[in-house]
Amino acid sequence: MTSILIAIVSTIGSLAILFASIGILRMPDFYLRLSVTVKASTLGVGLLLACAAYVFPDASVTTKALSIVFFLILTTPVAAHMIGRTAYHTGVAKWKGTFIDELDDLSDKKEDGSPDNQDHAAPNREI
Amino acid sequence: MTLNLYFDYVIFPILTVTVILVFIRLFKGPELVDRVVALDLLITIGIALITVYSIRSAEAIFLDVAMIFALIAFLGTIAFSFYLDKQEKK
Repeated sequence: MTSILIAIVSTIGSLAILFASIGILRMPDFYLRLSVTVKASTLGVGLLLACAAYVFPDASVTTKALSIVFFLILTTPVAAHMIGRTAYHTGVAKWKGTFIDELDDLSDKKEDGSPDNQDHAAPNREI
Repeated sequence: MTLNLYFDYVIFPILTVTVILVFIRLFKGPELVDRVVALDLLITIGIALITVYSIRSAEAIFLDVAMIFALIAFLGTIAFSFYLDKQEKK
């Protein structure tokens, strides 16, 4: 019973990591690649470490595995946000299907020096 | 079918295919940030491989290595983004 449960959870975790790698290979854009990679790989590694925490009967190993999961959940979004911001400031090209860019309006306002409420009230979304 | 055989014949091949796919993106990546994200994902898959190997060989001491890998992945990505930002401002 225990081994069947571990087999199911570890299969789900490894499939999540497989989907993350397929996403990083097939997505058309850097930002979509970042979005698909971070969430799916965190889920997969979290499930595999939950397997490890369940298998070993020692309490110290369980604490260690759960601390790794906690650390990953804490740090992975921060790293993804920082590398995404760097990519945006470096000028990495967006996909042609992306039509909402809220950071673009903010940077225009800063360059003008005069905040105009016209754009802020009605953001133009051109499809 | 024991759990060790299942790990040997299902979980490890899936993770191996995953590493190969990420390496294709690491060599192909058009921008530098693509390669940074691929490297980050590669270290995360390394944590997963170490965890599965630790379960399969019943050695809990390998999880220490996984913890250090998690630290190094975070610091590496932060350092890459910091220096890319600095290079852009110059």
